[in-house]
Amino acid sequence: MKPPPFDYLVPGSVREAVSLLKQHDGEAKLIAGGQSLMPLLNMRLARPAALIDVNRLKDLDYVREADGGLAIGAITRQRTVEKSDLVKNRLPLLHAALQYVSHPQIRNRGTFGGSLAHADPSAECPAVALALDAEFRIAGPEGERKVKAGDFFLTYLTTVLEPTEMLTEVRLPLLPARTGWSVQEVSRRHGDFAMAGVIAVMTLDGSGKCSAARIVLFGVAPTPIRAHAAEQVLAGAKPGEAVFEQAGKKASGVVEEPLSDIHASGEFRRHLAEVLTRRALAEASSRA
Amino acid sequence: MEIKKRQIRVTVNGVLHEALIEPRLTLVDFLRGELGLCGTHVGCEHGVCGACTVLLEGKAVRSCLMLAVQADGQSLLTVEGLIANGQLHPIQKAFMEARGLQCGFCTPGFIMSTYELLTEKPNPTDEEVRDVLGGNLCRCTGYQSILESVRLAATKLQSAGGTK
Repeated sequence: MKPPPFDYLVPGSVREAVSLLKQHDGEAKLIAGGQSLMPLLNMRLARPAALIDVNRLKDLDYVREADGGLAIGAITRQRTVEKSDLVKNRLPLLHAALQYVSHPQIRNRGTFGGSLAHADPSAECPAVALALDAEFRIAGPEGERKVKAGDFFLTYLTTVLEPTEMLTEVRLPLLPARTGWSVQEVSRRHGDFAMAGVIAVMTLDGSGKCSAARIVLFGVAPTPIRAHAAEQVLAGAKPGEAVFEQAGKKASGVVEEPLSDIHASGEFRRHLAEVLTRRALAEASSRA
Repeated sequence: MEIKKRQIRVTVNGVLHEALIEPRLTLVDFLRGELGLCGTHVGCEHGVCGACTVLLEGKAVRSCLMLAVQADGQSLLTVEGLIANGQLHPIQKAFMEARGLQCGFCTPGFIMSTYELLTEKPNPTDEEVRDVLGGNLCRCTGYQSILESVRLAATKLQSAGGTK
Protein backbone atom coordinates (compact mmCIF):
# COMPACT_ATOMS: atom_id res chain seq x y z
CA MET A 1 0.00 0.00 0.00
CA LYS A 2 2.76 2.43 -0.89
CA PRO A 3 2.89 4.35 -4.18
CA PRO A 4 5.29 3.07 -6.85
CA PRO A 5 8.23 5.34 -7.77
CA PHE A 6 7.52 8.29 -10.04
CA ASP A 7 9.12 11.53 -11.02
CA TYR A 8 7.51 14.59 -9.44
CA LEU A 9 7.15 17.84 -11.34
CA VAL A 10 5.72 21.17 -10.26
CA PRO A 11 4.77 23.42 -13.18
CA GLY A 12 4.49 27.16 -12.66
CA SER A 13 1.76 27.70 -15.23
CA VAL A 14 -0.92 25.89 -17.21
CA ARG A 15 1.25 26.23 -20.30
CA GLU A 16 4.13 24.50 -18.52
CA ALA A 17 1.83 21.76 -17.21
CA VAL A 18 0.60 21.03 -20.73
CA SER A 19 4.14 21.07 -22.06
CA LEU A 20 5.22 18.57 -19.37
CA LEU A 21 2.26 16.34 -20.27
CA LYS A 22 3.37 16.45 -23.90
CA GLN A 23 6.98 15.66 -23.05
CA HIS A 24 5.88 12.56 -21.16
CA ASP A 25 3.72 11.41 -24.04
CA GLY A 26 0.83 9.97 -22.05
CA GLU A 27 3.02 8.50 -19.29
CA ALA A 28 2.45 11.36 -16.83
CA LYS A 29 -0.63 12.11 -14.71
CA LEU A 30 -1.80 15.42 -13.34
CA ILE A 31 -2.38 15.41 -9.60
CA ALA A 32 -4.62 18.01 -7.98
CA GLY A 33 -6.41 17.10 -4.72
CA GLY A 34 -5.33 13.48 -5.14
CA GLN A 35 -8.38 12.11 -3.35
CA SER A 36 -8.97 9.58 -6.15
CA LEU A 37 -5.49 9.33 -7.66
CA MET A 38 -3.63 8.72 -4.37
CA PRO A 39 -5.68 5.60 -3.53
CA LEU A 40 -4.99 4.34 -7.06
CA LEU A 41 -1.26 4.96 -6.52
CA ASN A 42 -1.24 3.44 -3.04
CA MET A 43 -2.93 0.32 -4.41
CA ARG A 44 -0.66 0.46 -7.45
CA LEU A 45 -3.57 0.44 -9.83
CA ALA A 46 -1.90 3.45 -11.45
CA ARG A 47 1.83 3.58 -12.21
CA PRO A 48 2.54 6.85 -13.98
CA ALA A 49 6.16 7.64 -14.86
CA ALA A 50 5.63 11.15 -13.53
CA LEU A 51 3.17 13.15 -11.46
CA ILE A 52 2.61 16.74 -12.49
CA ASP A 53 1.36 18.56 -9.40
CA VAL A 54 -0.99 21.42 -10.32
CA ASN A 55 -1.83 22.37 -6.74
CA ARG A 56 0.39 25.45 -6.91
CA LEU A 57 -1.41 26.95 -9.92
CA LYS A 58 -3.23 29.37 -7.66
CA ASP A 59 -4.68 31.31 -10.58
CA LEU A 60 -6.97 28.31 -11.16
CA ASP A 61 -8.41 28.60 -7.63
CA TYR A 62 -11.56 30.75 -7.84
CA VAL A 63 -15.34 30.93 -7.95
CA ARG A 64 -16.55 34.03 -9.78
CA GLU A 65 -19.37 35.41 -11.88
CA ALA A 66 -18.90 35.21 -15.62
CA ASP A 67 -21.31 35.66 -18.53
CA GLY A 68 -24.35 35.57 -16.28
CA GLY A 69 -23.22 32.29 -14.73
CA LEU A 70 -20.44 31.05 -12.48
CA ALA A 71 -16.88 30.22 -13.47
CA ILE A 72 -15.00 27.80 -11.25
CA GLY A 73 -11.25 27.27 -11.56
CA ALA A 74 -10.25 23.63 -11.91
CA ILE A 75 -8.15 23.38 -8.75
CA THR A 76 -10.71 25.05 -6.47
CA ARG A 77 -11.24 22.75 -3.49
CA GLN A 78 -14.70 21.21 -3.24
CA ARG A 79 -14.97 22.65 0.26
CA THR A 80 -14.25 26.14 -1.07
CA VAL A 81 -16.98 25.76 -3.71
CA GLU A 82 -19.41 24.42 -1.11
CA LYS A 83 -18.75 27.33 1.26
CA SER A 84 -18.76 30.01 -1.44
CA ASP A 85 -21.50 32.58 -0.88
CA LEU A 86 -21.80 32.99 -4.64
CA VAL A 87 -22.57 29.28 -4.97
CA LYS A 88 -24.93 29.25 -1.98
CA ASN A 89 -26.88 32.25 -3.28
CA ARG A 90 -26.73 31.85 -7.04
CA LEU A 91 -26.45 28.09 -7.52
CA PRO A 92 -27.81 26.35 -4.42
CA LEU A 93 -28.15 23.14 -6.46
CA LEU A 94 -24.35 22.86 -6.55
CA HIS A 95 -24.05 23.62 -2.84
CA ALA A 96 -26.58 20.88 -2.08
CA ALA A 97 -24.88 18.34 -4.35
CA LEU A 98 -21.49 18.93 -2.71
CA GLN A 99 -22.93 17.91 0.67
CA TYR A 100 -23.09 14.37 -0.73
CA VAL A 101 -19.44 14.34 -1.85
CA SER A 102 -17.71 12.09 0.67
CA HIS A 103 -16.77 13.91 3.90
CA PRO A 104 -15.53 17.41 4.81
CA GLN A 105 -11.98 16.07 5.28
CA ILE A 106 -11.99 14.82 1.67
CA ARG A 107 -13.65 17.97 0.29
CA ASN A 108 -10.95 20.05 2.03
CA ARG A 109 -8.46 18.59 -0.42
CA GLY A 110 -10.46 17.27 -3.38
CA THR A 111 -10.88 19.71 -6.25
CA PHE A 112 -13.94 20.51 -8.34
CA GLY A 113 -12.04 20.08 -11.60
CA GLY A 114 -10.39 16.89 -10.40
CA SER A 115 -13.72 15.23 -9.73
CA LEU A 116 -14.92 16.13 -13.23
CA ALA A 117 -11.73 14.96 -14.93
CA HIS A 118 -11.74 11.73 -12.90
CA ALA A 119 -15.34 11.05 -14.01
CA ASP A 120 -16.39 8.43 -11.49
CA PRO A 121 -19.85 7.16 -12.55
CA SER A 122 -21.25 7.62 -9.04
CA ALA A 123 -19.81 11.11 -8.47
CA GLU A 124 -22.06 14.11 -7.94
CA CYS A 125 -20.05 16.89 -9.64
CA PRO A 126 -20.21 15.34 -13.12
CA ALA A 127 -23.98 14.91 -12.71
CA VAL A 128 -24.36 18.57 -11.73
CA ALA A 129 -22.30 19.60 -14.76
CA LEU A 130 -24.56 17.58 -17.03
CA ALA A 131 -27.77 18.81 -15.39
CA LEU A 132 -26.67 22.43 -15.85
CA ASP A 133 -25.22 21.97 -19.33
CA ALA A 134 -21.83 23.20 -18.08
CA GLU A 135 -19.00 24.14 -20.38
CA PHE A 136 -15.48 22.83 -19.84
CA ARG A 137 -12.43 24.93 -20.72
CA ILE A 138 -9.54 22.70 -21.68
CA ALA A 139 -5.92 23.69 -22.30
CA GLY A 140 -3.81 21.65 -24.68
CA PRO A 141 -0.67 21.93 -26.80
CA GLU A 142 -2.68 23.62 -29.57
CA GLY A 143 -4.39 26.13 -27.28
CA GLU A 144 -7.77 26.17 -25.55
CA ARG A 145 -10.93 24.33 -26.50
CA LYS A 146 -14.42 24.31 -25.02
CA VAL A 147 -16.53 21.20 -24.54
CA LYS A 148 -20.12 20.92 -23.33
CA ALA A 149 -20.85 18.55 -20.46
CA GLY A 150 -23.00 16.40 -22.75
CA ASP A 151 -19.92 15.65 -24.87
CA PHE A 152 -17.34 15.49 -22.06
CA PHE A 153 -17.98 12.16 -20.34
CA LEU A 154 -17.27 9.09 -22.48
CA THR A 155 -17.38 6.08 -20.16
CA TYR A 156 -16.07 4.85 -16.78
CA LEU A 157 -13.34 7.22 -15.61
CA THR A 158 -12.91 8.40 -19.18
CA THR A 159 -13.52 11.84 -20.67
CA VAL A 160 -12.62 13.59 -23.90
CA LEU A 161 -9.48 14.95 -22.21
CA GLU A 162 -6.44 13.87 -24.20
CA PRO A 163 -3.34 12.73 -22.25
CA THR A 164 -1.75 16.08 -23.18
CA GLU A 165 -4.70 18.21 -22.04
CA MET A 166 -5.72 19.80 -18.79
CA LEU A 167 -9.11 21.01 -17.56
CA THR A 168 -8.71 24.62 -16.44
CA GLU A 169 -12.19 26.01 -15.79
CA VAL A 170 -15.85 25.06 -15.69
CA ARG A 171 -18.63 27.49 -16.64
CA LEU A 172 -21.96 26.81 -14.99
CA PRO A 173 -25.08 28.65 -16.18
CA LEU A 174 -27.50 29.82 -13.49
CA LEU A 175 -31.03 28.47 -13.42
CA PRO A 176 -33.71 30.59 -15.13
CA ALA A 177 -36.67 32.14 -13.28
CA ARG A 178 -39.44 29.84 -11.99
CA THR A 179 -37.04 26.93 -11.98
CA GLY A 180 -36.86 24.38 -9.18
CA TRP A 181 -34.21 21.77 -8.55
CA SER A 182 -33.52 18.71 -6.47
CA VAL A 183 -30.59 16.45 -5.64
CA GLN A 184 -31.51 12.94 -4.47
CA GLU A 185 -29.10 10.17 -3.62
CA VAL A 186 -29.06 6.82 -1.87
CA SER A 187 -25.88 5.37 -0.40
CA ARG A 188 -25.21 2.91 2.41
CA ARG A 189 -24.00 5.66 4.71
CA HIS A 190 -23.81 9.40 4.23
CA GLY A 191 -20.66 10.17 2.28
CA ASP A 192 -20.33 6.72 0.71
CA PHE A 193 -20.36 6.33 -3.06
CA ALA A 194 -23.87 6.75 -4.45
CA MET A 195 -25.68 3.55 -5.35
CA ALA A 196 -27.89 5.80 -7.41
CA GLY A 197 -28.67 9.48 -7.58
CA VAL A 198 -30.89 11.86 -9.50
CA ILE A 199 -30.62 15.57 -10.19
CA ALA A 200 -33.75 17.25 -11.54
CA VAL A 201 -34.22 20.79 -12.79
CA MET A 202 -37.71 21.96 -13.74
CA THR A 203 -39.01 25.24 -15.18
CA LEU A 204 -42.67 26.21 -15.03
CA ASP A 205 -44.44 28.62 -17.37
CA GLY A 206 -47.04 31.26 -16.45
CA SER A 207 -49.85 28.71 -16.36
CA GLY A 208 -47.90 26.41 -14.01
CA LYS A 209 -47.08 23.85 -16.69
CA CYS A 210 -43.61 22.44 -17.10
CA SER A 211 -41.85 24.25 -19.96
CA ALA A 212 -38.46 22.59 -19.54
CA ALA A 213 -37.02 19.75 -17.47
CA ARG A 214 -33.66 18.10 -17.17
CA ILE A 215 -33.26 14.86 -15.32
CA VAL A 216 -29.81 13.36 -14.79
CA LEU A 217 -29.18 9.92 -13.32
CA PHE A 218 -25.83 9.02 -11.77
CA GLY A 219 -24.38 5.87 -10.28
CA VAL A 220 -26.42 3.69 -12.63
CA ALA A 221 -24.49 3.89 -15.91
CA PRO A 222 -20.82 4.31 -16.93
CA THR A 223 -21.36 8.09 -17.04
CA PRO A 224 -24.01 10.43 -15.68
CA ILE A 225 -26.90 10.19 -18.12
CA ARG A 226 -29.87 12.35 -19.15
CA ALA A 227 -33.22 10.61 -18.77
CA HIS A 228 -34.67 12.05 -21.99
CA ALA A 229 -37.69 9.73 -21.98
CA ALA A 230 -38.61 10.93 -18.50
CA GLU A 231 -38.05 14.58 -19.45
CA GLN A 232 -40.50 14.16 -22.33
CA VAL A 233 -43.22 13.08 -19.92
CA LEU A 234 -42.83 16.43 -18.18
CA ALA A 235 -42.88 18.59 -21.33
CA GLY A 236 -46.04 20.74 -21.27
CA ALA A 237 -47.50 18.76 -18.37
CA LYS A 238 -48.92 20.14 -15.16
CA PRO A 239 -46.67 18.80 -12.36
CA GLY A 240 -48.40 16.27 -10.15
CA GLU A 241 -48.00 12.84 -8.63
CA ALA A 242 -49.30 10.94 -11.64
CA VAL A 243 -46.86 12.71 -13.96
CA PHE A 244 -43.95 12.16 -11.56
CA GLU A 245 -44.80 8.49 -11.32
CA GLN A 246 -44.90 8.09 -15.07
CA ALA A 247 -41.60 9.97 -15.43
CA GLY A 248 -40.05 7.73 -12.76
CA LYS A 249 -41.06 4.63 -14.71
CA LYS A 250 -39.50 6.08 -17.85
CA ALA A 251 -36.31 6.96 -15.96
CA SER A 252 -35.94 3.40 -14.72
CA GLY A 253 -35.89 2.20 -18.33
CA VAL A 254 -33.25 4.66 -19.52
CA VAL A 255 -30.34 2.35 -18.76
CA GLU A 256 -30.63 -1.09 -20.33
CA GLU A 257 -28.23 -2.76 -17.95
CA PRO A 258 -27.65 -0.66 -14.83
CA LEU A 259 -24.32 -1.05 -13.02
CA SER A 260 -24.28 -4.13 -10.83
CA ASP A 261 -21.67 -4.70 -8.16
CA ILE A 262 -21.10 -5.68 -4.54
CA HIS A 263 -22.81 -2.46 -3.37
CA ALA A 264 -26.06 -2.78 -5.29
CA SER A 265 -27.53 -5.04 -7.96
CA GLY A 266 -28.58 -3.62 -11.30
CA GLU A 267 -32.21 -4.28 -10.44
CA PHE A 268 -31.92 -2.35 -7.19
CA ARG A 269 -30.28 0.57 -9.00
CA ARG A 270 -33.09 0.54 -11.55
CA HIS A 271 -35.60 0.67 -8.71
CA LEU A 272 -33.70 3.56 -7.09
CA ALA A 273 -33.65 5.48 -10.39
CA GLU A 274 -37.44 5.31 -10.50
CA VAL A 275 -38.06 6.25 -6.87
CA LEU A 276 -35.45 9.00 -6.79
CA THR A 277 -36.71 10.53 -10.05
CA ARG A 278 -40.20 10.71 -8.56
CA ARG A 279 -38.90 12.35 -5.38
CA ALA A 280 -36.61 14.71 -7.27
CA LEU A 281 -39.43 15.92 -9.52
CA ALA A 282 -41.76 16.46 -6.58
CA GLU A 283 -39.14 18.53 -4.78
CA ALA A 284 -38.06 20.43 -7.89
CA SER A 285 -41.66 21.39 -8.74
CA SER A 286 -42.27 22.55 -5.18
CA ARG A 287 -39.26 24.89 -5.51
CA ALA A 288 -40.16 26.17 -9.00
CA MET B 1 14.22 3.68 -12.11
CA GLU B 2 16.45 6.42 -10.72
CA ILE B 3 14.21 9.02 -9.09
CA LYS B 4 15.57 12.30 -7.89
CA LYS B 5 14.97 13.01 -4.21
CA ARG B 6 13.55 16.37 -3.30
CA GLN B 7 14.35 18.78 -0.55
CA ILE B 8 11.33 19.98 1.46
CA ARG B 9 10.77 22.42 4.30
CA VAL B 10 7.67 21.95 6.38
CA THR B 11 6.58 23.39 9.68
CA VAL B 12 5.12 20.71 11.92
CA ASN B 13 3.61 21.73 15.25
CA GLY B 14 5.47 25.02 15.04
CA VAL B 15 8.89 23.46 14.34
CA LEU B 16 10.55 23.85 10.94
CA HIS B 17 11.89 20.60 9.46
CA GLU B 18 14.00 20.12 6.35
CA ALA B 19 14.33 16.75 4.71
CA LEU B 20 15.50 15.09 1.51
CA ILE B 21 12.83 12.61 0.49
CA GLU B 22 11.54 10.44 -2.32
CA PRO B 23 8.52 11.99 -4.07
CA ARG B 24 6.46 8.85 -3.46
CA LEU B 25 6.71 9.14 0.32
CA THR B 26 3.23 9.79 1.70
CA LEU B 27 2.80 12.55 4.24
CA VAL B 28 1.80 10.12 6.99
CA ASP B 29 4.90 7.98 6.42
CA PHE B 30 7.01 11.14 6.48
CA LEU B 31 5.51 12.24 9.80
CA ARG B 32 5.97 8.83 11.37
CA GLY B 33 9.13 7.51 9.69
CA GLU B 34 11.19 10.65 9.17
CA LEU B 35 10.04 12.86 12.04
CA GLY B 36 9.16 10.11 14.54
CA LEU B 37 5.72 11.62 15.14
CA CYS B 38 3.84 8.36 15.54
CA GLY B 39 0.71 9.88 17.04
CA THR B 40 -0.76 10.06 13.55
CA HIS B 41 -1.89 6.54 12.73
CA VAL B 42 -1.81 4.65 9.42
CA GLY B 43 -5.08 2.85 8.89
CA CYS B 44 -6.45 2.02 5.47
CA GLU B 45 -4.00 3.97 3.31
CA HIS B 46 -6.69 4.83 0.81
CA GLY B 47 -8.59 7.64 2.44
CA VAL B 48 -11.49 5.72 3.93
CA CYS B 49 -10.79 5.45 7.66
CA GLY B 50 -9.49 8.91 8.62
CA ALA B 51 -7.02 7.62 11.27
CA CYS B 52 -4.24 9.64 9.59
CA THR B 53 -6.12 12.97 9.68
CA VAL B 54 -3.86 15.99 10.28
CA LEU B 55 -4.35 19.71 9.81
CA LEU B 56 -2.73 21.25 6.73
CA GLU B 57 -2.85 25.04 6.98
CA GLY B 58 -5.70 24.56 9.45
CA LYS B 59 -7.73 22.17 7.28
CA ALA B 60 -8.32 18.54 8.25
CA VAL B 61 -6.91 16.29 5.52
CA ARG B 62 -5.96 12.65 5.05
CA SER B 63 -2.19 12.39 5.34
CA CYS B 64 -2.24 9.04 3.49
CA LEU B 65 -3.71 10.82 0.44
CA MET B 66 -0.98 13.42 0.26
CA LEU B 67 2.64 13.20 -0.69
CA ALA B 68 5.11 14.72 1.71
CA VAL B 69 6.56 16.77 -1.16
CA GLN B 70 3.16 18.42 -1.58
CA ALA B 71 3.41 19.83 1.95
CA ASP B 72 6.61 21.73 1.04
CA GLY B 73 6.44 25.27 2.39
CA GLN B 74 3.27 24.61 4.37
CA SER B 75 2.42 24.16 8.01
CA LEU B 76 0.96 21.10 9.68
CA LEU B 77 -0.59 20.32 13.01
CA THR B 78 -0.59 16.76 14.33
CA VAL B 79 -2.02 15.33 17.53
CA GLU B 80 1.36 15.80 19.23
CA GLY B 81 1.03 19.53 18.67
CA LEU B 82 -2.08 19.77 20.83
CA ILE B 83 -0.28 19.24 24.12
CA ALA B 84 0.72 22.50 25.79
CA ASN B 85 2.88 22.74 28.93
CA GLY B 86 2.59 18.99 29.44
CA GLN B 87 -1.19 19.23 29.59
CA LEU B 88 -3.58 17.39 27.31
CA HIS B 89 -5.67 19.61 25.06
CA PRO B 90 -9.29 20.15 26.19
CA ILE B 91 -10.47 18.04 23.21
CA GLN B 92 -8.25 15.17 24.38
CA LYS B 93 -9.51 15.53 27.95
CA ALA B 94 -13.08 15.51 26.69
CA PHE B 95 -12.50 12.25 24.79
CA MET B 96 -11.07 10.69 27.98
CA GLU B 97 -13.84 11.92 30.24
CA ALA B 98 -16.72 11.08 27.89
CA ARG B 99 -15.18 7.69 26.97
CA GLY B 100 -14.79 8.66 23.32
CA LEU B 101 -12.32 5.85 22.75
CA GLN B 102 -11.67 2.21 23.52
CA CYS B 103 -8.68 0.82 21.60
CA GLY B 104 -7.61 4.33 20.62
CA PHE B 105 -6.38 3.56 17.13
CA CYS B 106 -8.78 5.95 15.40
CA THR B 107 -8.60 8.60 18.12
CA PRO B 108 -5.88 10.92 16.74
CA GLY B 109 -7.91 11.25 13.55
CA PHE B 110 -11.15 11.97 15.40
CA ILE B 111 -9.40 14.54 17.56
CA MET B 112 -7.90 16.39 14.60
CA SER B 113 -11.24 16.40 12.75
CA THR B 114 -12.86 17.74 15.91
CA TYR B 115 -10.17 20.39 16.22
CA GLU B 116 -10.94 21.81 12.78
CA LEU B 117 -14.68 21.69 13.43
CA LEU B 118 -14.54 23.47 16.77
CA THR B 119 -12.11 26.07 15.46
CA GLU B 120 -14.57 26.97 12.70
CA LYS B 121 -17.76 26.40 14.65
CA PRO B 122 -17.32 26.64 18.42
CA ASN B 123 -20.92 25.60 19.03
CA PRO B 124 -21.87 23.13 16.27
CA THR B 125 -25.23 21.39 15.96
CA ASP B 126 -25.34 17.61 16.35
CA GLU B 127 -25.92 17.39 12.62
CA GLU B 128 -22.76 19.37 11.90
CA VAL B 129 -20.79 17.19 14.33
CA ARG B 130 -22.11 14.01 12.71
CA ASP B 131 -21.24 15.32 9.26
CA VAL B 132 -17.60 15.75 10.30
CA LEU B 133 -17.38 12.55 12.37
CA GLY B 134 -18.70 10.67 9.33
CA GLY B 135 -15.23 11.15 7.87
CA ASN B 136 -13.60 8.99 10.54
CA LEU B 137 -14.18 5.33 11.25
CA CYS B 138 -14.27 3.82 14.75
CA ARG B 139 -14.82 0.09 15.20
CA CYS B 140 -15.14 0.09 19.00
CA THR B 141 -17.35 2.80 20.40
CA GLY B 142 -20.46 2.91 18.25
CA TYR B 143 -19.86 6.66 17.89
CA GLN B 144 -22.37 7.87 20.48
CA SER B 145 -19.66 8.45 23.07
CA ILE B 146 -17.56 10.23 20.45
CA LEU B 147 -20.46 12.57 19.70
CA GLU B 148 -20.72 13.21 23.44
CA SER B 149 -16.96 13.81 23.61
CA VAL B 150 -17.21 16.47 20.93
CA ARG B 151 -20.11 18.14 22.75
CA LEU B 152 -18.09 18.12 25.97
CA ALA B 153 -15.04 19.44 24.11
CA ALA B 154 -17.12 22.31 22.73
CA THR B 155 -18.23 23.23 26.24
CA LYS B 156 -14.69 23.02 27.62
CA LEU B 157 -13.28 25.12 24.78
CA GLN B 158 -15.92 27.77 25.06
CA SER B 159 -15.00 28.32 28.70
CA ALA B 160 -11.29 28.22 27.76
CA GLY B 161 -11.73 30.67 24.89
CA GLY B 162 -11.20 28.55 21.74
CA THR B 163 -9.09 25.68 20.38
CA LYS B 164 -5.71 27.42 20.57
